[in-house]
Amino acid sequence: MITFEDVSKTYSGQTKPALRHISLQIDKGEFVFLVGTSGSGKSTFLRLILREYRPTSGKIFVLGKDLVHMHQWKVPALRRQIGTVFQDFRLLPGKTVYENVAFGLQVLGRPTSQIRQLVPETIDLVGLSGKEDRQPEELSGGEQQRVAIARAIANGPKILIADEPTGNLDPQTSVGIMKLLDRINKRDTTVIMATHDQTIVDQMRKRVLELDQGNLVRDQARGVYGTA
Amino acid sequence: MRHTFRETWSGLKRNASMTVAVIVTMTVSLTLFGLSVMTFQEVDRVKGRWYDKIEISVFLCTKDSAGTSQSGNCEPGQDVTEVQRDSIRTRLEQNTDVDEVFYESKQEAYEDYQRTYADSPLLDSLKVDQMQDSFRVKLIDPENYQGVVAEASSLPGVQNVLDLHEVLDPIFSVLNGLKWGTMGMAVLLLAAAMLQIGNTIRMSAFTRRREIGIMRLVGASNLYIMLPFVLEALFAGVVSTILSGSALLASYQFLIERNAKVSIQALPWITWSDAWLAVGLVAIVAVVLSILPTLITTRRYLRV
Repeated sequence: MITFEDVSKTYSGQTKPALRHISLQIDKGEFVFLVGTSGSGKSTFLRLILREYRPTSGKIFVLGKDLVHMHQWKVPALRRQIGTVFQDFRLLPGKTVYENVAFGLQVLGRPTSQIRQLVPETIDLVGLSGKEDRQPEELSGGEQQRVAIARAIANGPKILIADEPTGNLDPQTSVGIMKLLDRINKRDTTVIMATHDQTIVDQMRKRVLELDQGNLVRDQARGVYGTA
Repeated sequence: MRHTFRETWSGLKRNASMTVAVIVTMTVSLTLFGLSVMTFQEVDRVKGRWYDKIEISVFLCTKDSAGTSQSGNCEPGQDVTEVQRDSIRTRLEQNTDVDEVFYESKQEAYEDYQRTYADSPLLDSLKVDQMQDSFRVKLIDPENYQGVVAEASSLPGVQNVLDLHEVLDPIFSVLNGLKWGTMGMAVLLLAAAMLQIGNTIRMSAFTRRREIGIMRLVGASNLYIMLPFVLEALFAGVVSTILSGSALLASYQFLIERNAKVSIQALPWITWSDAWLAVGLVAIVAVVLSILPTLITTRRYLRV
C-alpha cells in the first residue's frame, strides 16, 4: 500500500536532511503510529506520502503509484484516495457541520444526490448526528475534530493520515477520537497517525515507527511509545 | 458548477473596491488602445490610393482655371489641349528622375471622389466638370523632386504641380504623434492593469486560502480551484470591454461621424466597420490581459 525505498529528503537551503535512508512498508488495513520528538521528520514523512514534496533520493510508492515520477496533474487524483486530519482541525468558519463535510465532496464535483446521502451517513459514523446545523465554533474541540475526520473519510479514502489529531484535546476526549480512528481502521482504511501522546500509543498496542533526527530508529509491531 | 459561480460571485463582492479599480484602469487603457488602433486606420485611409505609390501630382488646365490665383500656364477659358497633354506626358516620361507616370482623367477622379466621400453630404457638391485631369508621377528617388516640379510647372497646359508629401506630411506628423502617443500610453496603462489584476487575484486567493488549502488536501483538480479566479478576472475584462467599446463607438459617432466628417471634408475618414474592428481587437486584448496575470498568480497558490 505504501512503500518507501531508501528515501531521503533534504529541504532546499538546508544541509541537514529531514529524513535519512528510510525504507519501510505499510500494508493495507494497518494502523501505524509515527512517534518522535518535534523535528524528527514525522511531518516530512506524511507530506511525502501526500506528494507535497518529492524525496531528494529514493523511491516512494503509494497505492501502486510511483510518486517520484508522478505527473503534477495526477496529484489531485492521488489525494482523493488519502484522507487527512490535522491537530488544528482546519474547518471552514461560517459553514455548518453539514456544509463542512459536504464541501470536501462538492469540490470533487460529486453530484448533489450522492452528497445528500454520504454526508449524513458520515456524520452519523463519527457520532455527530443531530449537530449537522451547528457552526464549528459552537462545538467542543473533540467534536470539531470529528467533523474534520468526517470530511476526511466522506469520500471513502483508502488511507487516512492523522497528524497529531489529539494534540489539542484533553485525554478523555482523545480516547473518543482514538476509538473513532480504530473503527475507521476496522472498515479497511489504513491509518497512519503521528503523535506525541504516550498514553494512547501504549494503550493501543499497534505498530510503532519511531523517527529520530530523520532516522527510522524503531519499527515495532504492537509497540509502545518509548523504549526506555 | 454552481459552487464555482457562487465562489466567483462572493469573490467579486468581497473585492468589490479592487474590482472597480481594475475595471476603471482597464477601461481607460483599453479605450486608449482602441483610439490608437483607430488612428492607425485613419492614417492608412488618408494615405489612400496614391500616397505610397506616387510623389507628385500634375494638374492640367480646365476652362475655369485661368484668371484664378493659381492660373499656372493656362490659356483663359480653355481646357488643356490634346497636343499639350501628350507633350506633358512625353516630357515627364523622358525626365531621368521619373520612375512611372499614371494618368487620371476627370471621370476617374470623379469616381474616386465618389468612393472616398460615399457617405458624406458633400457627395453631390462637385460635378465631373469641376474635377481635373492629372498626371500622377512616381519618382525614382522621392527626395529628388525639385527638378521634376520645376520642369512640370513650366509646361503649357499645366495648372498646378502638387507634391503630395508636402501636403500630407504635416497631417501625418500630427497623426503619427497621436497614434504612437496613444499606443505608448495604452501599453503603459495595460501593464499597470495587468499588475493590478494580479494583485486583486492574489488578495482574492489570500482571503480564500483556507478553502484552497482544503481543496488541495481533498484532491480538487487545479482547474476547479482556479476557475473562480479566472472567472473573476474575466468578469472585470468583459465589463471593461463593454465600457471601452461603448466609449470608442461613441467617440467615433461624435468625433468622426458627426464632427470631423462634416467639418474636415478634404480628408477621407474611417468608417463604422473600422470602429468595430478596433472594438474587436480591444475585446481580444481584454481577455488575454485578464486571464494571463490570473494564471501566473494562481500558479503560486496551486503549487503542490
